[in-house]
Amino acid sequence: MSTELAAPAGSAPAVTSGLGGGGRSGWGAGSIRPVLIILVLLLIAVGIRQPDFYNPPVLLAFLKRAAPLIILAAGQYFVIVAGDFDLSVGSLVTAEVVIAARLIDGDPAATWPVIALLLGFGLLIGLVNGLVTTLLQVPSFITTLGMYLVLVGAVYTWTGGSPRGALSEEFRQFGRRGIDGVPVLGQLPYAVLVLAGVAVLAVLAMRSDFGKVLLAVGDNPRAARVTGARTARVRTIAFGASGLAAAVAAILLGGFGGVSFQVGQGLEFTAITAVVLGGVVLGGGRGSVAGAMLGALTLQTLLTLLNLLGVSGALSSAVQGLIILAAVAVGTLRRRT
Amino acid sequence: MSTDTLRTRLRLPQLDATNGVWPALALALIVGGSLVAIDGGSLFTESSMISLLQRAAGLGIVAVGQTIAILAGSLDLSVAYVISLTSLVAAETMAGSDGMVLPAILAVLAVSAAIGLLNGLLITKLRINAFIATLGVGLLVKGYLEQGYAGPAGSVPTSFQHLGYDRVGPVPLSFLLFAAVAAAVWFTLRSTRYGHHLIATGGDLDVARLSGVRTDRVLIRTHVICSLCAGIAGLYLASRLGAGAPRVGAEGGYDLESIAAVVLGGTVLAGGRGGVTGTVGGVLLLAVIDGVFNQLEVDSFFKQMVRGVVIVAAVAVYALRLRRTSDRRKAAVA
Repeated sequence: MSTELAAPAGSAPAVTSGLGGGGRSGWGAGSIRPVLIILVLLLIAVGIRQPDFYNPPVLLAFLKRAAPLIILAAGQYFVIVAGDFDLSVGSLVTAEVVIAARLIDGDPAATWPVIALLLGFGLLIGLVNGLVTTLLQVPSFITTLGMYLVLVGAVYTWTGGSPRGALSEEFRQFGRRGIDGVPVLGQLPYAVLVLAGVAVLAVLAMRSDFGKVLLAVGDNPRAARVTGARTARVRTIAFGASGLAAAVAAILLGGFGGVSFQVGQGLEFTAITAVVLGGVVLGGGRGSVAGAMLGALTLQTLLTLLNLLGVSGALSSAVQGLIILAAVAVGTLRRRT
Repeated sequence: MSTDTLRTRLRLPQLDATNGVWPALALALIVGGSLVAIDGGSLFTESSMISLLQRAAGLGIVAVGQTIAILAGSLDLSVAYVISLTSLVAAETMAGSDGMVLPAILAVLAVSAAIGLLNGLLITKLRINAFIATLGVGLLVKGYLEQGYAGPAGSVPTSFQHLGYDRVGPVPLSFLLFAAVAAAVWFTLRSTRYGHHLIATGGDLDVARLSGVRTDRVLIRTHVICSLCAGIAGLYLASRLGAGAPRVGAEGGYDLESIAAVVLGGTVLAGGRGGVTGTVGGVLLLAVIDGVFNQLEVDSFFKQMVRGVVIVAAVAVYALRLRRTSDRRKAAVA
């Protein structure tokens, strides 16, 4: 109870910086310890099932596959920790991939301009979400739900019902290839490098003033406003970060798979799930970005394990549901005791 | 957020504080009707009105259930999968025989009530956030559906298909079912103790609990009713399709669309304010937009864009109004 009393107002951000953010008791909401334990258990299970999993190339290939979801989770974290939702990221990923295919249309020279355009587009969509939410005071659930409908509709309308064009090999390399001939590791995938870059930026952002204000806004919006924080600006930037993360994830995903309308389907819920699994509390104010990214990694490990155990793809969503419910329930029960 | 709303919340009797959906519906009918007329068709022919009402029915029944979940400060993301599941339960239990209609209906109600109970228990007893709890339960059901069914299954006897296709005068039977569900829930909210407790719970959970409301019980009951509504919609879709369909709920987007209809109807997402009548308006508005675009033979995807914009714009207008009234009240106090 005493920690609960100390939590409101501006005191939370000071505690919640860095990796272990919010881990006052080590177990409560916002702590990354539960997710770490689940992750380690899952990794051990995967290692038993697939002994060569810890060979650096295999591990890196796994990280490469996990990168888009982790990046999306990092973006979603900024939005959630400020007390908002971003339901538009799945459709944004789809839109980005479809746009890329149509604009590049197999032309290698178009790769870099299109990448710049995609990043700009993601940022723009995020900022629009943020501005509508903060200036017009529309709940973010509705804003981003509307944006989701608009993006899905726009992409279908623009392409006339089926994706056109093709991605260039230069574009796909970010998702597929890497730096060859690295000692010990073999190939160092670009996706892993991008992931590392995003992770460092995200942690640094949360340690900066921006991150502290963001946490304060999520913890208690009124108190944050009263103390003079520019809450609208910070929340808008958070949405921008989420949009940008979706763009980066889309560029990586475009490299993995083909161009389809299904690329981003359901990713918004997967990302939110990952964030919550990482100990971040919906409603804002608690949890660390490292936790959110670990949550995504855990989710991806879980899917890998289910795959290794031969659980069919169909049933895996049920298992996923069960694990999420269990993890969140355990987290909240611990908070109460 | 809370003090601004406290002032308005004190005037509880006026449940639908932000009911701008009816003028919007009238506007949509006039503008849409004239657009269709210019195009050479008519929105007000019997056949187009009937298909409009029919479209409204399925979403409407789900949205009524979603309304009380949202009013109670919760929400239900599992409805889409409950719809698919119950359509299968209905069609497989009936298996084409007339005698099994009643058992099938009972089975559907039991299954959907059980899922609602699970949602409610997860939210109240395990204190899982409603978003995650219902998402997780939805995933469970989804996994079951994907594991067990590749395509449509079961079949519905012709006697049961009357629900999907018959009409009373010009009004489809399905729309009457929607109206009946809406009326029942409206009455419950307005005139029963549970209804008042629900509004109190959605308004402020802690205050309600301290005032002696058994909020857990209210929330559980609310989720059971919400799931029951999804089950009824599943029955309707089974009768309409003639079989159970494992993907009908998710493909119809009933989870997010029902929430959109509720919010369009002026119910506040944070809970405690709004009502069923607004939701009926919201559902009709979405159906009219749908109908107009169908008549104009506009690309169905463009329709979705318009929908997205309309929903956000409507909520923005509500928010603006709410701020104005609270400003005015503040000025009056000063």
